[in-house]
Amino acid sequence: MKSWIAFWNILMKDMRNYYLKPPNISWGLVFPVAWTLMFFLKSGTGVDVRELLPGVMSLSILFGTTSVLAVTMTFERRSRSFERLLLAPLDLNFLMLAKTSGAILFGIVNAFVPVLFASFLTNLSGISWVSVLGAVFLIAVTSTLLGLFIAVSVKEIFEAQTFSNFFRFPMIFLCGLFIPVQALPSFLKPLSYVLPLTYGADILKSSINQNGHLGLLVNFLILLGFSMGLFALSIRNVKLKWIS
Amino acid sequence: MDIVAVEQLTKKYGDFTALDRVSFSVREGEIFGFLGPNGAGKTTTINALTGLVRLTSGSARVAGFDCVRGIKKAQQVMGIVPDESNLYEEFDGFQNLSFCAALYGMPREEREKKAKDLLQQFGLAEAGKRPFRAYSKGMKRKLTVAAGIIHDPKILFLDEPTTGIDVASARQIRQLIQNLNRKGTTIFLTTHYIEEAERLCHRIAFIVRGRIVRIGSLDELMHEVQQDNVIQLTLADGISDLKPSLQESFPDVVVEMAGNKAIRLRSPKPMNLTPVMRFFEGKNLAVYEARMMRPSLEEVFVKITGIELEKMKQEKEGKGKP
Repeated sequence: MKSWIAFWNILMKDMRNYYLKPPNISWGLVFPVAWTLMFFLKSGTGVDVRELLPGVMSLSILFGTTSVLAVTMTFERRSRSFERLLLAPLDLNFLMLAKTSGAILFGIVNAFVPVLFASFLTNLSGISWVSVLGAVFLIAVTSTLLGLFIAVSVKEIFEAQTFSNFFRFPMIFLCGLFIPVQALPSFLKPLSYVLPLTYGADILKSSINQNGHLGLLVNFLILLGFSMGLFALSIRNVKLKWIS
Repeated sequence: MDIVAVEQLTKKYGDFTALDRVSFSVREGEIFGFLGPNGAGKTTTINALTGLVRLTSGSARVAGFDCVRGIKKAQQVMGIVPDESNLYEEFDGFQNLSFCAALYGMPREEREKKAKDLLQQFGLAEAGKRPFRAYSKGMKRKLTVAAGIIHDPKILFLDEPTTGIDVASARQIRQLIQNLNRKGTTIFLTTHYIEEAERLCHRIAFIVRGRIVRIGSLDELMHEVQQDNVIQLTLADGISDLKPSLQESFPDVVVEMAGNKAIRLRSPKPMNLTPVMRFFEGKNLAVYEARMMRPSLEEVFVKITGIELEKMKQEKEGKGKP
């Protein structure tokens, strides 16, 4: 019970101090609109909003969570307020779960902003919402942990941003959202399959447009494996680098 | 009973040895001072005891809990005030204290009451609703101390609590430390202010380049430097011609003049002053003051460590060399 009081207060503190700040809220609104507009301009005629939805949702989560977590953690490390959390009598796994929960929730909310926009523009019937929710959750978890990996690797906030892009931009083109994995050159395919976003995007494609190429169960199991593996790796990195 | 027990603690960063086989203990209820220059290993010791750094070798226990395997249990009974305030700039004073209490699992009603009480006690009640970033350095430090004791720890680690703050705030913090100690909290204090250590601490350890060079109570440390008992007597003017007769009357004592009005008597044994007083009475001379002369802790520190104190202060406060 005592640990949960701490968990809840860490989550609320992060929500209030970072995620519910106007710049982050506007990011959640501007990002999907900008992506949709970009594809609209590229096509020259118009876009199938439903076709775009898996990509815009995935990228909203990826960009939202990695940016926010990497920057806020680096900021807290710089100001030494993160030390206060490390000095609290909380198990490190539990503490990191509390710290990442805010970013995961932020990612989930970000994912549904484009869905809300899309509901005014296209028919969303026939979508498997349960698997969409599962995929959104697991993409948010893996992207958040990627943000944590970045935070542990850098010291300055600007480094966090630069390092995030190093991972994010290749992911956009390799995860099968805009270029199907089957259409990628064979030497790039293995790279695509080591990215968790590939499996999350595939679930979204299957659930929204029935055009995924891997089975749902396989995708979910692999994403779950990625989540657990990345969490264990993050804890190891925190212990190695922040409790030195 | 020892609340902190450290045995052969060593911390290395690559080739650099930050702590070299450090051993000491802190008794329950005392104010224990860690005195040393910049980079001596004071903060590393606190970090090792509180779980922020991994030990290379040796062992450390706080309140009976191992600082590696049982650190989370140890953290429940320790309060930590770092050398730089590390509270949340976005929160106000009340929210900061309430949040820190929540980290120890305190229910809302209890933590809010505690936060209000501490703001009152630390003279920050009016500033309680102001954002932390708007606080002065002294206020920030006081709130950080308050945050360190929000869960009523058995032992409070204070890392340079008065460095870089104004004189009035420093005095208030010293007073707060003494009050906390009177209520039973053990204090582990690192400082480079010799007078602070002298005024507050029951026992002091001198740490230089990662090694403890001396440890003891004030009396023990001073005794080590000054083996002789020295008594200074202040009299009226014109006593310079008294020295030979005084020396003749007290052959076991070394007589030294200390200016025109004072005489110093030095002896390896405790001195009986009654015959000395009678001597002056016989000469019809009034003795206005008799004072036991002791070396200052500053002299002791300089003699033992060979470090100049002024240089140490300037280094810590970032003023560079004079």
